[in-house]
Amino acid sequence: MTTDPGQQPLRTTAVSGRSRRWTEFPLAMAMLAPSAVILGVFILYPLGRAVWLGQQRCNTFGDVCRSNGFGQYVDLFRSIEFQNALLVTAKFALLTVPLGLVLGVGLAVLADKYLSGLGVFRAIFSSTVATSVAVASLMWLFLLQPSVGALANVDFFNALFPSVKDPGWLQDPGTALTAVAMSSVWANLGFTFILVTAGLQSIPRDLHEAAAVDGAGGVRRFWSVTVPMLGPTLLFVLIVLTTRAFQTYGEIDLLTDGGPKPQDSTTTITYFVYGQNSPIRSDPGLQAGSAVLLFVILLALSALQLRGIGRRVHYGD
Amino acid sequence: MATEPAVGAVPVAAVPADASADALSSARVRRKHFDQPVGWRLAGRYALLVAISAIVLFPVYTTVVAAFKPGDKVFRNPLLPDAFTLEVFSRAWSSGHLGQYLLNSLIVAVVVTAAQVVTSVLSGYAFALLDFPGKNVFFALFVATLLVPLEATLVVNFDTIDSLGWINTYQGLAVPFLATAFGTFLVRQVFLTLPRDLRDAAAIDGVGHLGFLRHVAVPLVRPTLGALALFSFLSSWNQYLWPNLVINEDERNTVQSGLRLLSKSNLDEPNLVMAGTVIAAIPIAVVLIVFQRQLVRGLTAGAVKG
Repeated sequence: MTTDPGQQPLRTTAVSGRSRRWTEFPLAMAMLAPSAVILGVFILYPLGRAVWLGQQRCNTFGDVCRSNGFGQYVDLFRSIEFQNALLVTAKFALLTVPLGLVLGVGLAVLADKYLSGLGVFRAIFSSTVATSVAVASLMWLFLLQPSVGALANVDFFNALFPSVKDPGWLQDPGTALTAVAMSSVWANLGFTFILVTAGLQSIPRDLHEAAAVDGAGGVRRFWSVTVPMLGPTLLFVLIVLTTRAFQTYGEIDLLTDGGPKPQDSTTTITYFVYGQNSPIRSDPGLQAGSAVLLFVILLALSALQLRGIGRRVHYGD
Repeated sequence: MATEPAVGAVPVAAVPADASADALSSARVRRKHFDQPVGWRLAGRYALLVAISAIVLFPVYTTVVAAFKPGDKVFRNPLLPDAFTLEVFSRAWSSGHLGQYLLNSLIVAVVVTAAQVVTSVLSGYAFALLDFPGKNVFFALFVATLLVPLEATLVVNFDTIDSLGWINTYQGLAVPFLATAFGTFLVRQVFLTLPRDLRDAAAIDGVGHLGFLRHVAVPLVRPTLGALALFSFLSSWNQYLWPNLVINEDERNTVQSGLRLLSKSNLDEPNLVMAGTVIAAIPIAVVLIVFQRQLVRGLTAGAVKG
């Protein structure tokens, strides 16, 4: 501690600002080093390397690669396979994000009134936050499997929806993505509910009362008080849910393996890059290229949401 | 203690986690609230809450029912707990190696959590309380890593871990996640709220930066560090894609990759898979019940990014 430069405060006022900045430099570097090394080696370097790899073409074993020019990104983006994955991912986001937001806000508002026993309902609505993607997906796999699953063996449900047994919602190209989306909405519900509930509790009660005194009914208060005051929370949840939707992998891997074939109805971009059944599984060049495209798409989406909606969000004081 | 609320409130400025306490106490003061439902509206609201709760809990219910049923009963009346056995659980535990998987997940998650808290405190302190050339550049680089999705880095990280000979090891699972820009940012934000006088007073008393960090700064921001720790633990425990890439020996599977294996190799025995799922879900459920406050704080802390 004797070498610590910070313990000479009197000197700092005597010397110029410039040299003071350098006296703390070694300590700052030492403190930043552990984080900087990890982030550099496992985030910044891989990103740069992936951008470079993305323009390489490899042989069928994936061990010999040569440069193919950065035009490969354009070719990859335009390829039928990537376009399909992008479309599937976008559909998945549209199926999960708006519904997830509406359900999260709806349940949080419903459980925000002063009722006794509310704690129990809050605990139940938050509970899915405790499920990992594997746990949640396997629960839904059991629900939805056509022959050994739970719903397929419930008679009245079968009568209502015969397709749950034949061919099975996860096996039918028309319903597979929606079925996966249901499990994902369920799994994310706890997260959204907790965030929106915390946001609701930060809204001063007086605002609601003042609006009520002015004659605003429940619906009017929801749109004129609750929604604007929840702005920052909703924007944050929107961005997180969208990002998660675009990164969806575990649900696909466990529920559908990217199928049903041959339409690849549930091959999202992340599954396209890493999935067992992916056509580019053994091509590091195309894998890295697709991963970089995913990064660019996510960046653009977040920027769009921040600019488009963020501008209208009101950040209290 | 007196400074604690002020310190804790800042990183969650958008949605203070402690607001619930205020809301509840004010409810007690005013006996009846102006928009409190009464009569039929009250009954209707309860009915709605109960109905939605039933839907939300339905997948959990069918899972638990199936996990306690013997193999020949699981396909009949999946909604009724009309048979009971613990045999499936013991089989999932022993032949599914879930004990080993849980231990692996725990080791990795504890190492990652401890490391993330330490690295975040160090770098967060440097950004908040030290003055040095290149600070803005370094900070911009740190923040930039927040924008990179995990998926964009794993192709190359797999090669890195492979060339280090760390496939099927704890190092391979943990090392890429020993630091996080999110944690750095979170800790920096809360350190920035410490009164400047505190540091000046310590400096006059001859306390260096490291001493100040250890004895003053860290104890003051403990709630934030608790939230960060829980967040790190959950993120590590729930990792799915990375363990699937770097682990291909059963010995080193985490709970998540182990569950995947259990499911893929026992498709015709849903009760076995469901028993495994229940076993895998219990530790996190317990952790979250114990650390509820940190969870809300940890989740809402991310809102500062917006």
